[in-house]
Amino acid sequence: MAFEIKNPGLSTTVQDEGRTGYYDVGIPQGGSMDQYSAALANALVGNDASMAVLECTYMGPIFITDVPAAIAVSGAPVIVKVNGTEVPQWERISLEAGDEVSFGIIAGGTRFYIAVAGGIDVPEVLGSRSTYVLGALGGFEGRKLAAGDVVPVGVSSGNLPAGHRMAEEFRPVFAKEQRVRVIMGLYDHRLTDAGRASFLNEEWKLTPVADRMGLRYDGPGVEWKERVQPFGAGSDPSNIVDAGYAVGSIQIPGGTQPIILHRDAVSGGGYAMVATVISADMDLVARAAPGTVTHFDEVTMDAALVARRALKARRNAAVASLSS
Amino acid sequence: MSTVAIGLGPARYTWGGDETLFIEVAEAMSLEANFKVMALAKATTATGIQGIIDICPANASLLIRFNPDVLEASVLEATVRGLEEGLGDISEHRLSTRIVEVPVWYQDLFTSEVEARFREGFHQEPSGTDLDYAAKVNGLADAAEFIKRHHEQPWIASMVGFVAGLPFLFQLVDMDKQLQVPKYLSPRTDTPKLTVGHGGAFGCIYSVRGAGGYQMFGVAAAPIFDPSQGLADFEDFMIFFKPGDLVKFKPVSEAEYEAIQQEVAAGTFRYRQASVEFSLADALADPESNNKKIMETLDGV
Repeated sequence: MAFEIKNPGLSTTVQDEGRTGYYDVGIPQGGSMDQYSAALANALVGNDASMAVLECTYMGPIFITDVPAAIAVSGAPVIVKVNGTEVPQWERISLEAGDEVSFGIIAGGTRFYIAVAGGIDVPEVLGSRSTYVLGALGGFEGRKLAAGDVVPVGVSSGNLPAGHRMAEEFRPVFAKEQRVRVIMGLYDHRLTDAGRASFLNEEWKLTPVADRMGLRYDGPGVEWKERVQPFGAGSDPSNIVDAGYAVGSIQIPGGTQPIILHRDAVSGGGYAMVATVISADMDLVARAAPGTVTHFDEVTMDAALVARRALKARRNAAVASLSS
Repeated sequence: MSTVAIGLGPARYTWGGDETLFIEVAEAMSLEANFKVMALAKATTATGIQGIIDICPANASLLIRFNPDVLEASVLEATVRGLEEGLGDISEHRLSTRIVEVPVWYQDLFTSEVEARFREGFHQEPSGTDLDYAAKVNGLADAAEFIKRHHEQPWIASMVGFVAGLPFLFQLVDMDKQLQVPKYLSPRTDTPKLTVGHGGAFGCIYSVRGAGGYQMFGVAAAPIFDPSQGLADFEDFMIFFKPGDLVKFKPVSEAEYEAIQQEVAAGTFRYRQASVEFSLADALADPESNNKKIMETLDGV
């Protein structure tokens, strides 16, 4: 059972919930950038949330299934076609052997997800099927898909949920403006008061320099405090002695463009971080398209944990809604 | 030469969102700070507390990722603070580690070719080489003298990361003998795999090809990251270096480099390595004598 890739699209990779436990040697977490969307696609085809999906960026693939299969497409809004005929997104689709699946251009956001009953069945590497392209590790031969690839599909449990469509209320919104919640900290004491105010009060616009490693924002910049740099820290006030980078942390090299580090980011480096996106908003950041106007809102640890529980509850409710 | 440890005050605790505790042991790099980081990482690992996902020791700081659904942030912080207080005098700590000999082809063809593509707008001195520049800013006569300083004394892997398996290296010499070289003015989009580089006070070996801002001096002859785990040194894990490993660079010629390539291709290459007990107090009191003892353990291996 497999998908034969006729055209890989712009950047299509195998992803799952990610690979933890190896960050201390520089292997990033990886995994679907928009975990919520990936989980809902899996739920529509009766998969456990841990099963691997295809993550498609801007332009999707064209592929043919060699056996009957149940698939679902979630994430960024996109036209889905089977043998050239449009079929709905956010619904389970039954494919016959030989059916060809293709996609239109996305109408917002950045990434959409294809789940198949039984999951994408590439071998696990260090406990995950996620692709880490820089390390040529995991996924399909450690790289994005290419034409001619035959991507293995696992055996379906056959337990398809009663519902075949995800209700609108549970689908994420792909907006041109976002409010991203952050916890200030790490090296924020190195910012001047004006620099801190600029970061939290000004508008930032997502540049095209945005991928699985990080997202770079344009805006008025921030001001760092001048100091005599500590030994080993480098000469710019935004430099520190190379340290570990928190996933979701925001660095502002040279005080110009904030960069949010996402799931495939480098695990450490010499730029001071001033805040971290709360775990509940990492999927939101992953949905931003270049040009998205972004505000960084400071929240407390308690507020972050409330948001984390709320997101989990919403995801559970979405999955549960399919079984009734 | 100073025999007095730099006084390390209590670490600074701060949060990287709701899943990460960040502990800055010191703002400045020093062997003492790195030793304290490793001791704290080890102590935290030993507790076996449920809910910790990653413990990542870095040069002078430590990052702990946790699952807040399982482990409360305040409990984690209190635990690590308690461990920090219990560490006692860091200079009395010993590190059970190994020394590894890493063959390097200095002034090689690969980095020379890439270097030539990134001069104007990238490098401080576009008309010279990275090694010429490194020698000059360290007040050394020429590239040959810099290379000698680079491989004569060993280094400690003070952090592993950035990308998979990349060791940051800090040389085991007095502070006034530390080699320091600014990074490129603007990062390159390409760096050959296994480039031996240097930025600020740190050496490194690039584990994969890619972007980079460190000055380039040569290439290591054998792999340090091998997802296929083909060589004996990678039997247990695809990444060779661990924080705390000691590294002795050994200069090799192009012919020796090629011979090692053949051993790697044949699957017979093994790093020369030996177990050592590393004492911070000894390393600080007289680094060169201590290094000599450590390097002697490689004799006959």
